[in-house]
Amino acid sequence: MSTLAVHDHHDGVEHHDHDHGHHHKETFISKYIFSMDHKMIAKQFLITGIIMAVIAMILSILFRIQLAYPDKAFPFLETILGRFAPGGRLDANFYLSLVTIHGTIMVFFVLTAGLSGTFSNLLIPFQLGARDMASPFMNMLSYWMFFTASVIMLASFFVQKGPAGGGWTIYPPLSALPKAMPGSAEGMTLWLISMVLFVASQLMGGINYVSTVLNMRTKGMDLWKMPLTIWAFFLTAILGILAFPVLVAGVVLLVFDRSFGTSFYLSEIVVQGQVMNYEGGSPILFQHLFWFLGHPEVYIVIMPAMGIASEVMSVNSRKPIFGYHAMVYSLIGITVLSFIVWGHHMFVTGMNPFLGGVFMITTLIIAVPSAVKTFNWLATLWRGNIRFTPGMLFAIGLVSFFISGGITGIFLGNAALDINLHDTYFVVAHFHLVMGSAAIFGMLAGVYHWFPKMFGRMMDEKLGYLHFWLTFIGAYLVFFPMHFMGLDGVPRRYYAFTEIESLKQWLSVNTFITWAAIMSALAQVAFLFNFFYSIFFGKKATQNPWNSTTLEWTTPVERIHGNWPGEIPTVYRWPYDYSKPGAEEDFIPQTTPYSQTMTSNLPHDFEDNPTGLTQYNEWLKTQKVQEEVK
Amino acid sequence: MMAQIQQEKDRLNLAPKKFNMWIFLFTSFMFFMALTSGFIVYVGGSKTHELTIKLPQIFMYSTGAIILSSLTMFLASREAKHLQFAKQRLFLWLTIFLGIAFFVLQVFAWKALIDMHQHLVNPNASISFVYVISGAHLLHILAGLLLIINTLVKSYKNTPQVLNLYNMEMSSIFWHFIDIIWIYLYVFLLLNQR
Repeated sequence: MSTLAVHDHHDGVEHHDHDHGHHHKETFISKYIFSMDHKMIAKQFLITGIIMAVIAMILSILFRIQLAYPDKAFPFLETILGRFAPGGRLDANFYLSLVTIHGTIMVFFVLTAGLSGTFSNLLIPFQLGARDMASPFMNMLSYWMFFTASVIMLASFFVQKGPAGGGWTIYPPLSALPKAMPGSAEGMTLWLISMVLFVASQLMGGINYVSTVLNMRTKGMDLWKMPLTIWAFFLTAILGILAFPVLVAGVVLLVFDRSFGTSFYLSEIVVQGQVMNYEGGSPILFQHLFWFLGHPEVYIVIMPAMGIASEVMSVNSRKPIFGYHAMVYSLIGITVLSFIVWGHHMFVTGMNPFLGGVFMITTLIIAVPSAVKTFNWLATLWRGNIRFTPGMLFAIGLVSFFISGGITGIFLGNAALDINLHDTYFVVAHFHLVMGSAAIFGMLAGVYHWFPKMFGRMMDEKLGYLHFWLTFIGAYLVFFPMHFMGLDGVPRRYYAFTEIESLKQWLSVNTFITWAAIMSALAQVAFLFNFFYSIFFGKKATQNPWNSTTLEWTTPVERIHGNWPGEIPTVYRWPYDYSKPGAEEDFIPQTTPYSQTMTSNLPHDFEDNPTGLTQYNEWLKTQKVQEEVK
Repeated sequence: MMAQIQQEKDRLNLAPKKFNMWIFLFTSFMFFMALTSGFIVYVGGSKTHELTIKLPQIFMYSTGAIILSSLTMFLASREAKHLQFAKQRLFLWLTIFLGIAFFVLQVFAWKALIDMHQHLVNPNASISFVYVISGAHLLHILAGLLLIINTLVKSYKNTPQVLNLYNMEMSSIFWHFIDIIWIYLYVFLLLNQR
């Protein structure tokens, strides 16, 4: 009652005043830095993610230069890298660090935190009709832990021996023996600290996402009326909640081995002629713990991108998503299966062949839900009224990469083939296409599509097209040749494999890939300019620029605190009523009741609503009578 | 304006926050599952990896203490619901006391292990596992104690009953959980004794 009374009182006085400034004072710090608003936190995640992505991209260009020109000296490298590139040639240990940190940043900081952090935070409250997250404070903490983790990870470039160098999978014994190589010294310690903070951040975020989806949906928004984006974020958060603690357990044991001298992972070992004090440990144990996280992690990376692509493709095809329920069930299938396939990363660890067979079967089963999703996307495009917005192009790009990278997954999932292909460039090609490029394209699709929602302005389309085509072609030129290198047995992570007599002929391909990589890296300049320029000077966006049905486009362009100025709208229908026959427009927002769209209603719209069905049938009868009269 | 008021209402909507705690229990559960599965994988690797020692008797007493503390925690919740705040505080004090007793007993158990010359740094890592598993659990106990102290301190202040019950519930969900987790861990280790 009091709510109503206060509302009435203010209604007369300040009707159009959405400014809450005088209520809870928003200082610069509480608005832009320690913000508890989900929209601001989303932007913080996005911009941090973009910065981390640019850094990781520069790292990749550095090691690509080494691979293309192993004998050449580049004086500018010494200028920028100092002791890491003596005489203008990349130090071999630093090369390993570059590969490691590139992988870590891309997998965790960009495609986990940058992707889920941005779009889960932005879209879960928006598309479900909530004022904010279940716990805005935890949400803020989640971002700042992520930020701290990023700073620590980058700080490892400034320690004496350089950043961690054992690969992003940090297998012991290499990572567990600080003396084993420079990349296992302080840099590895910082890596471990950074990752523990990162996991804490992801868990806080994930707990919030799940709780918000389950508890804070608006009236009428049952689970089967949620857009596929929300389904994807929800299941991704569940994956993270179940998988990340296992990584922490593995890392805790590794820390004990590194710093306290236990032998969880370390067995009898000699380092630089010195017998170490370890006995009886099992390095394979780490691989089990790591990949129990590590495999779900790749789905944590790709599933939000899939959700975004589904939404963007449906909106821009002006068609309902093909097989909504099948899409949800295949996401659930992927979620469940992802926990029982980790062994396929360990086929060459001397695993019992029978166990390998089991992991092979579970792995190949994942092809089923993945294919269901792919065919559904293609069927959504089929005969659609396609608008090729930049977001749409990137979403289609995701499908392309997911197909061409997914096919090689079927090769690698076979234990017998994997023994040949393990740790070759074939693997590099596979995962860079299927989870790297695909997830990045999903993320970019999301950025182009929801930019108007985040900043109230539009991004430039022409630059978007330039960005898309250069990146799309560039990514294929970079990763496609790597399949052939891998089939020829070129090992990954090698500093100068072209010095090996039998692999010499790959030098020309390496040079080609490096130039393609430089081209795609330069293409990102178009994006960066477009992004930051449009924040301030882009064309002003309208409230619903893509004619979309979902709830986020019912909020005002100004992005106010609490999202909706008045009551939160009620939801009446599923989110994919595009081009419904008989409707006035080619989209019907979720907030439009069926009573207002009599001409386009269909009997199956009233499946669980018998009163609605009777009314619909009565309405049909009156229509018939009228026609007869005519 | 409406949004403002609604948002205040959302802030006071405690159900999603309670839900957060339940999800957190899942993450914590997965963490201990990972440690115990790691133990199984390690022990399965070789005959020499088995847990060949007899766990110190003190673990039995600490288990008793934590089970008792769950009981006092339950009683505190009940008194809070019946508006018996003096009794609620008394039982919270008892729970804290028993929690600290558990903590101390665990440390004594480590000392007993050391007296048996079974150190953390050990060629048989299954013994190191005993330390790491009980240590990780003790960190949870510490967090649980902080939650209970928070509830207790706030119950002395003029806290609305809704929030008092909420604090009570949050801390007791967590406390009962770490109690059950310890019983699981202890039974797990006992069953793996050779």
